[in-house]
Amino acid sequence: MEKYSFAKILYHALRGHKRWQPAWRSPEPKKSYDVVVIGGGGHGLATAYFLAKKHGVTNVAVLERGWIGGGNSGRNTQVTRSNYFYPESAAFFEHSLKLYESMSRDLNINVMFSQRGVLNLAHSDHDMEMLSRWTNAIQLNGIDSEILTPQQIKEMEPVIDINARFPVAGGFIQRRGGISRHDAVNWGYARAADALGVDIIQNCTVTGFNISNGMVTGVRTSLGDISAGKVHITVAGHTSVLAKMAGFGLPLTSMALQAMVSEPIKPALNLVTVSGAIHMYASQSDRGEIILGAGADVYNSYAQRGSYDNIESCVAAFLTLYPGFSRLKLMRQWAGVVDISPDTSPIMGRTPVQNLYINCGWGTGGYKAIPASGDTMAYTIVNDRPHTLISPFSLERFESGALVDESAAAGVAH
Amino acid sequence: MFRIPCPFCGERDEHEFVFGGQAHIARPEPAGQVSDREWAEYLFFRDNPKGVHLERWQHRHGCRQWFNIARHTVSHEILAVYRLDEAIPDMNREETV
Amino acid sequence: MSKSQPMRLETGGRIDRNKPLSFTFDGKKYAGFEGDTLASALLANGVRVVGRSFKYHRPRGILAAGAEESNALVTVGLGALEEPNVRATLQPLYDGLAARSQNCWPNVRFDIGRSLDYLHFLWPAGFYNKTFIWPHWHWYEGFVRRLSGLGKLPPGDDPDRYVHHNVHCDVLIVGGGPAGLSAALAAGDSGARVVVVEQDSLLGGSLLWSEGDINGEQGDIWLEDAVRILRQRDNVTLLTGTTATAWFDHRMVIACQMVTDRRIPGEGEGPRQRLWKIHAREIILATGAIEQPLVFANNDRPGIMLASAVQQYCNRYAVAPGKRMAIATNNDSAYGVAGALRNAGVDVVAMIDSRQKLAGKAARLVRDQGLTVFHNAMPRDCRGDKGVRSVSVTKRDSLETLATLQCDCIAMAGGWQPAVHLFTQARGKLRYDASPGAFVPDEIPPHMHVAGMVAGALDLETALEQGREAGLAAAGDGLEVRPRTRSKNTGALHIERAWSGQRSSRQWIDFQYDVTLQDIDIAVAENYTSVEHLKRYTTTGMSVDQGKTSNVNALLALAARTGRTPGEVGTTTFRPFYMPVTLGALAGRDSGEFYAPLQRSPLFACHEQLGAQFEDYGAWRRPRVYPRNGENEQQAVNREAVAARTSVAVFDGSPLGKIEVQGPDAAEFLNRVYINNVPSLKTGRARYGLMLNENGIIIDDGIFARLADNHYLVHTTSAGANRIHAWMEALLQGDWPDLDVLLTPVTSQWANIAVSGPRSRELVERLETGIDFSNNGMPHMSMVTGTVDGMPLRVLRASYTGELCYELNIPADRGAALWQRLLQLGADLQLMPIGVETLGVLRTEKGYLHVGSDTDGNTTPGDVGWGRIADRKQGEFLGKRSLSRTFNTRDGRLEFVGLTPVQQGGVLAAGAHVIDADRSGAPAPTRGYVTSACYSPNLQRYVGLGLVQDGSRRLGETVNVYDAGEVQGARISAPAAWDPEGDRLHA
Repeated sequence: MEKYSFAKILYHALRGHKRWQPAWRSPEPKKSYDVVVIGGGGHGLATAYFLAKKHGVTNVAVLERGWIGGGNSGRNTQVTRSNYFYPESAAFFEHSLKLYESMSRDLNINVMFSQRGVLNLAHSDHDMEMLSRWTNAIQLNGIDSEILTPQQIKEMEPVIDINARFPVAGGFIQRRGGISRHDAVNWGYARAADALGVDIIQNCTVTGFNISNGMVTGVRTSLGDISAGKVHITVAGHTSVLAKMAGFGLPLTSMALQAMVSEPIKPALNLVTVSGAIHMYASQSDRGEIILGAGADVYNSYAQRGSYDNIESCVAAFLTLYPGFSRLKLMRQWAGVVDISPDTSPIMGRTPVQNLYINCGWGTGGYKAIPASGDTMAYTIVNDRPHTLISPFSLERFESGALVDESAAAGVAH
Repeated sequence: MFRIPCPFCGERDEHEFVFGGQAHIARPEPAGQVSDREWAEYLFFRDNPKGVHLERWQHRHGCRQWFNIARHTVSHEILAVYRLDEAIPDMNREETV
Repeated sequence: MSKSQPMRLETGGRIDRNKPLSFTFDGKKYAGFEGDTLASALLANGVRVVGRSFKYHRPRGILAAGAEESNALVTVGLGALEEPNVRATLQPLYDGLAARSQNCWPNVRFDIGRSLDYLHFLWPAGFYNKTFIWPHWHWYEGFVRRLSGLGKLPPGDDPDRYVHHNVHCDVLIVGGGPAGLSAALAAGDSGARVVVVEQDSLLGGSLLWSEGDINGEQGDIWLEDAVRILRQRDNVTLLTGTTATAWFDHRMVIACQMVTDRRIPGEGEGPRQRLWKIHAREIILATGAIEQPLVFANNDRPGIMLASAVQQYCNRYAVAPGKRMAIATNNDSAYGVAGALRNAGVDVVAMIDSRQKLAGKAARLVRDQGLTVFHNAMPRDCRGDKGVRSVSVTKRDSLETLATLQCDCIAMAGGWQPAVHLFTQARGKLRYDASPGAFVPDEIPPHMHVAGMVAGALDLETALEQGREAGLAAAGDGLEVRPRTRSKNTGALHIERAWSGQRSSRQWIDFQYDVTLQDIDIAVAENYTSVEHLKRYTTTGMSVDQGKTSNVNALLALAARTGRTPGEVGTTTFRPFYMPVTLGALAGRDSGEFYAPLQRSPLFACHEQLGAQFEDYGAWRRPRVYPRNGENEQQAVNREAVAARTSVAVFDGSPLGKIEVQGPDAAEFLNRVYINNVPSLKTGRARYGLMLNENGIIIDDGIFARLADNHYLVHTTSAGANRIHAWMEALLQGDWPDLDVLLTPVTSQWANIAVSGPRSRELVERLETGIDFSNNGMPHMSMVTGTVDGMPLRVLRASYTGELCYELNIPADRGAALWQRLLQLGADLQLMPIGVETLGVLRTEKGYLHVGSDTDGNTTPGDVGWGRIADRKQGEFLGKRSLSRTFNTRDGRLEFVGLTPVQQGGVLAAGAHVIDADRSGAPAPTRGYVTSACYSPNLQRYVGLGLVQDGSRRLGETVNVYDAGEVQGARISAPAAWDPEGDRLHA
């Protein structure tokens, strides 16, 4: 792997930038792999990376139907935080946040992780009580979080109208939360995994599974059959489709989740701000675009485009809190297909088919989980036993009733 | 934005309606005698097809009636609308992958 | 005048020379004419440098004449009326217009940021990914952020208004050029409802600036006729200045109309923009095509423009973009431009044509005009910094210099890319057609038609014919199989793509984001060869123009570099919006105070009269407390709460949810949705009940009363009123259609006044109701009807305060009268109006559950002490099955209990967490949390309620309570701290 640094850029500059090496190879698929990871998004690439890095399993293929990072890992609003209510969620996401903090150095690629702070707004006394419950839970989980008064919020983010319809009653901030550059995360894992021997195979569609005696033995693809010791499905949005091919059902609903960006302007927003009563979240990218998002569209969809109503209500919500942005123009809107589980927590681990593993149900919050998801799923695949951080997120919880429902506890969406 | 043909009122804008998820989910009865697994299937497991989805909608800001729609989850085209007491219309239900 | 506008031609153009306008750019005053755009006026005044590029801060001049402009981005307006990132090419000139350049310092002619350009070799594509890793991105981020971005956020709140219009039509025609107008004429004739949307302020498209004959007459005669006919038609709506910018499901097109963009504060009443939501049965796209630049060294210099733009400025605006023009081309379309320039008296120095030879019309033009043409030649490089001075011409393949041409403007004709944005948003498929060298419509979606240049038509005749066909087809009844307009007749350009062999200087692909051919080479070397990877890695096409003039060249370069055909490379996805839309226009009237409707109780005016302090509780704005004589909130709460337990209080409970349930199966229905036994309830009596979802979770609670045999009144929480009604309706219609039950939500029909306190009976008896309020006549948990002042009255004896309480329900419009009456009648009883906060104190003292505060999304009946009632109930109810799962029956569940501070004067706050007694701070495992807490003026100490692990089995135990770093002891108790025996309820 070519090591990136400023000196390396200088080195290449002197050679007219003609000698850069491929970030990853584009190999032909082999006949057989120890592990086949279906899905070349952040989760799949990270899983392949940790398989090779931590467990020495390098005979791994990542099969991607299109181009790597082209699904939700390249369509999200790039927010990372670990301010979760339940200890189960908090432990997992804190592990992920820590991996984000060291990711640029670990992967030798600048993912521009900008820990500018994630602010959650409260708009009533009741909201404040809920935020307090949430903040205390986070602090007890050993994670940073602090309550802010409306005046403190106004100082940190002067463009917020704290006297909006639903006036700002306060909020809490996780200062270590922030945004990063999603493409760099995907490419970083791809490049590092490739360097360790993982084959990244793009434009390869999985069309079925070879299963005998309840055990998966390989996958059928548009590039031919590939046999595999173990197979991992991590294809956010399309998990139900693949599970059906493998003969089992899942408690998932696929929906379109939208994001949109304005034209770039000079720095105007300092924080990532989330409001539950005024349904929106907003931040500003390092390039200057205002990034907006709201909840998922309300109906089942596998189309990567959102409903217009959602755009309109998201912008109306944004302008309610930030009236000064009215004359700015919205430049681009897109959507990803997310699979949403009944308790909005992920489903990770084993499946009814032996040696077949899933990682899905991330709903609107999968991006922040990428590194921890890769780490824990690699462990789970190698040991055929869930990593302790993800054992609460097994498929079995829907039978026992042990749901991990963040929104139920704190009433605030991702 | 969808234009939804309510079987009672005619075609209206999407925001007069409420989506109610997958249609034709039968409650297992007597519930006390089904297994945890069957109960979980009823509560949580859904078809989630990439293709034609049979789903319930309510004309909430209109006649308040619930009805069923067959809608393609990629094109979002509405292929059929039928009342709750009507049978599923015959359709080409090929799924696309 | 020509002195002040040195580049203005003496004659011609569609400008009104009798209406001179004055405007400023960067503070300097200029003149122009009505009919100008800001861009044409700047060019007329010889202003070359209008902006700076994003990354290298290179000087940027006007590139285009329309929506595709990527360089001339300026800030228009002053103060709160400022708008950043305005395309000068789309901004109509008005008197007093003030424009400023952006993204430069100290000014656009001399920009310090340009130093980045001199070190450009250090910032190739992807350099952000490869640097700033150590020690941390934060060290660099602030600096980088300040360099990025284009314009600035306007300094004040937008004073303008934006409105939305919904419109339905049979045929929507996007584009008012020749093809679109031809389609409109045909469709209009048939009587169909037609809407034509045109971005320009004038209809006509290319007819406004290019020569062309139609039926033997000049194009503009046809245009005048067409517009006149269409204007006379009632069934045709013509929307100019309106950009169709996005396609959504079920054929809805969003179009944004500039209504007035000339507003100076205080002028005009109308909205600034109007957002049209057009629902169309059929859509005809006549969106034209966008000319593409040529790629050669330093092709980004000011003075290098699209050839069609040069022609447009010359013919439409009577502006010569240069005094000495060179025209570089790879196709025939540039020869028409040359002819037009010559006719306008502009000096065309030479044509630089990358093709071997010419034929047909182009060859004739060369002969007739005596043009100098360099065949098989390309521009090699150009000199000049803030404006082109010369261009060197080489052989296409050899770098052999043929000539160096002195010129101040270079027109580039790189071929035409159909404007397929809406087409692909509608899931239309494209294919690469080598003949026009562009991605053209292939599979056309249902109910969509294409006509004119977007469909590949290059001559007027074909465009008009395609338009007519599309118009007729779209206006048809939709039953017969219609001929679909397909791309055809695309050979007339004779285009041949060529790449310059030179690599020593940078050749621009994306002018705004400074992406060069070298960046594409780097991306290819690093295997970012998927077209989406290329875009994201180099940022090509990601600027405000979204690649309108860069995508095709980037794709072609990628194809050439990777040995693939352009078709194999494919395009990136075209996403909304074709043109960016003002946020204010998208929000319309739905932001600010109209973001969510405010619900007010029918007694709202009474509360205002009493000086209530209001707060939003969900959608309802309700009185918190009624402070008197400078009291603070706590003092007011204390006064109200004490009065409610010593004399009598009135509380406005109108938002309480109320649903009437009637019918022969009403009892059976309610028996399935409540965990309680419903049929055993006698007429006239009431019962408190819990409702679960199928997962066994408490979703609402409240009192239900039996008014008659088949008639119940169900009370829900205020927050749950709509949700529970909708849920019940879904159950009845969907799951239990056999039950004969009618639901009527009556929340807002009835005002509800709770009269509570030891002297409440005394007060209600003073009303002339004919109701026996005594314990015998009306025991606790009963409901009776009567009248007061001839109005129906429903009285429920139930209590959320723990005191004797009568809830009076009266038709909403009489609520205020009853309230005032009670205030009069109760004056001698020290009657006290109490607010929502005070009610919260009273119910917390009493230990009454508040669903949503004291329960969370996991709470089951067993967790709040209702396990036995649920267990004992005969028959099925919703959620019952879930209660027997292992998770529901295991130890460690959070249970509803009371919490009391151990220390004298100890404080409890909702949101604090319960931790083990031996833990003194974070981190620690949470054992539950305080769900409600307040100071109790009646008990003179803090009282709390909470959900605590196994709480019901730990009464009397001491735990620690953690709140924002502070820890103190609390004792677990039963929920009720006030009157635990409940004697006062039955007083």
